[in-house]
Amino acid sequence: MLAILLKDYLIELRTKETLAALLTLGVLTLLVLSFAFDPTSELRPLAAPGTLWAAVVFSGVLAVNRSFLAERDNACLQGLLLCPIDRGTIYLAKAAANFLFMLAAQVVLLPLFMVFFNLTPSGALFRVCLVLVLGILGFAAAGTLFAAMSVRTRAREVMLPLLLLPIVMPVLIGGVVASGAVLAGKGLGEVQQWMQLLVVYDVVLLVVGWLAFEYAVEE
Amino acid sequence: MHEAAIRAEQLTRRFGVVAALNAVDLTVLTGEAVAIFGPNGAGKTTLLRVCGTLLRPSAGRVHLFGEDLRGAGAAVRRRLGVLSHQSFLYPDLTPTENLEFYARMYRVDAARVAELIDRTGLAGWAHRPVRTLSRGLEQRCALARALLHHPDLLLLDEPFSGLDVEAVQQIETLLGEERRRGVTMMLTTHDVERGAALCERALVLARGQLRWDGPSADLSRERVEGLFQIRRAG
Amino acid sequence: MSDDESIRSTGFRHIANDVLPMVVLAAMIAALWAVFLYVPSEADQGVVQRIFYFHLPPAIGTFVMIFLVAIASAVYLWRGGVFWDRLAQASAEVGLLFCSIVLTVGPIWAKPIWGTWWTWDARLTTTLILWMIYVAYLVVRAWAPSREQGARYAAILGIVGAIDVPIVQRSVYWWRTIHPAVLVTREGGHGLQDPRMQFTLILCFIAFFLLGAWLLWVRLESGRVHDEAEALRMRLADAR
Repeated sequence: MLAILLKDYLIELRTKETLAALLTLGVLTLLVLSFAFDPTSELRPLAAPGTLWAAVVFSGVLAVNRSFLAERDNACLQGLLLCPIDRGTIYLAKAAANFLFMLAAQVVLLPLFMVFFNLTPSGALFRVCLVLVLGILGFAAAGTLFAAMSVRTRAREVMLPLLLLPIVMPVLIGGVVASGAVLAGKGLGEVQQWMQLLVVYDVVLLVVGWLAFEYAVEE
Repeated sequence: MHEAAIRAEQLTRRFGVVAALNAVDLTVLTGEAVAIFGPNGAGKTTLLRVCGTLLRPSAGRVHLFGEDLRGAGAAVRRRLGVLSHQSFLYPDLTPTENLEFYARMYRVDAARVAELIDRTGLAGWAHRPVRTLSRGLEQRCALARALLHHPDLLLLDEPFSGLDVEAVQQIETLLGEERRRGVTMMLTTHDVERGAALCERALVLARGQLRWDGPSADLSRERVEGLFQIRRAG
Repeated sequence: MSDDESIRSTGFRHIANDVLPMVVLAAMIAALWAVFLYVPSEADQGVVQRIFYFHLPPAIGTFVMIFLVAIASAVYLWRGGVFWDRLAQASAEVGLLFCSIVLTVGPIWAKPIWGTWWTWDARLTTTLILWMIYVAYLVVRAWAPSREQGARYAAILGIVGAIDVPIVQRSVYWWRTIHPAVLVTREGGHGLQDPRMQFTLILCFIAFFLLGAWLLWVRLESGRVHDEAEALRMRLADAR
């Protein structure tokens, strides 16, 4: 499993395509939504968590799609399937890679987000990071499974969001509410039920993905 | 005792309505080398892919080294080496990196990678992305990938197509060496002479069915083409 | 294929194909009569409230359908068998129909009663997302590279979707209870004291249940005929 992770990391190092896609769409979404909501209005802070998570979701769809598009060249996915390892392990490795890439993108996106919304680094931000980690994990788990499927269908750019977004709603809702509460100064204890929701979602999706992946990739 | 490396019983594989393979019965013994000829669309690639665990039969069974592929786990894939139209190589990585990756996946020593790079004559290009290699070099690298883990069964889909003379000779040498080690081999090709030279047994596949099965020495180009034309009575 | 064979017994077939549609028609007519002529108007909401009788049964129905899709999908993935795939697809189509009814009828009721077409409360939002899942299910079937792969992808989506729906419902419910509700929602059985209203509701449930069952049957049969035609085509192609 580590081998696959390492391989994806190496490819990324070479081509930087996934990070480029993640950052481009992430930054653009942040920008657009920042302007969409009146910068001078007092209600601005309310838009903050939504903007952040919209950026995560839109850039995430691209990243997760790319992770399987890349495997189509030279039928590398089949090369992987020929190896003597479990299909489920391939899934976990791919999901982990997507998770790490999305997290890495946050290194750029989060500071930008803070700048746009005039937030100062504090304990709250650390808690936001925690929410981000849980949410992105769930997104990566669902996204990896559905990306593997949608990459084979017609109109694949459309297929993935269509399949993924309804499924990923709990992450969006949980992420936005928890981030919002935390940014407003609440402690982790108060958002506990949301964190639990995210954890449950993550576990369920990872297990289902691990079991279902082989059906998603065989011909 | 010759165990059957491949045993296909009434193997059928459909794509939609069309049967690419139709009730094929086939036994390949360990150590044999079989060349499969047939017109385009005959089902040669499909046969190889089913035996390579990449496709599941629509009906019938396939056994590899005695194990039914239906319930087979990862272990049987360890004994398989597959070379296909597509190289299974990541275009942005170098041959070395590609082979090292697959070596880790198959739990093979790193030294083996170096050895294969030498044997396939890739040494000069081992540090350039696969994207930049010519088809002949890429094919050699793909073969190296297939041989990494000392497979007992080699499945090769048109290994010589689109290659220049030097590349073809390289591959022939490599395959000859593997044969001497007792590896079972099944390959498809349009090149009747070369296929017959490499393999002692030949099959002719047309429209998903086996038309001919016998020593390759008995086969000539004209005969093969004649077999392509045969239509089923009624 | 024993499931198919048992259904093939002519007695059941005869009932399903010939008698059932009549029964459904009768039930729907009875329901219409009950809703428009029989039951009294509700005190607070007036005439518009009658729509509710057409709103609740399909709402329950569509949620039952998604679980049927998930179960059929799981069996299909686990054991194979075209019947289960057909069942999953038929359930999804009927589920989509019911969901669409709910989403159309609901706002028609909401506007006069609440003054707005839509709110983002737990039930409405979940129903909307369920609708999107149904659509995605049918689209992925159509756009997959082959029938078999389409069936498999849709099955995975069906299972994940059904698991997701309760999670979505929970999360939206929590979400909406943090912010004060914009409107006081009054769905459900509040104020259905009058036994005539209860009778009407039950009648509508029965009518929609029969409708759903019949549509399911029709879809299953059409799927079976389609598959048999495919099989014949296969044999023709082989005998070429």
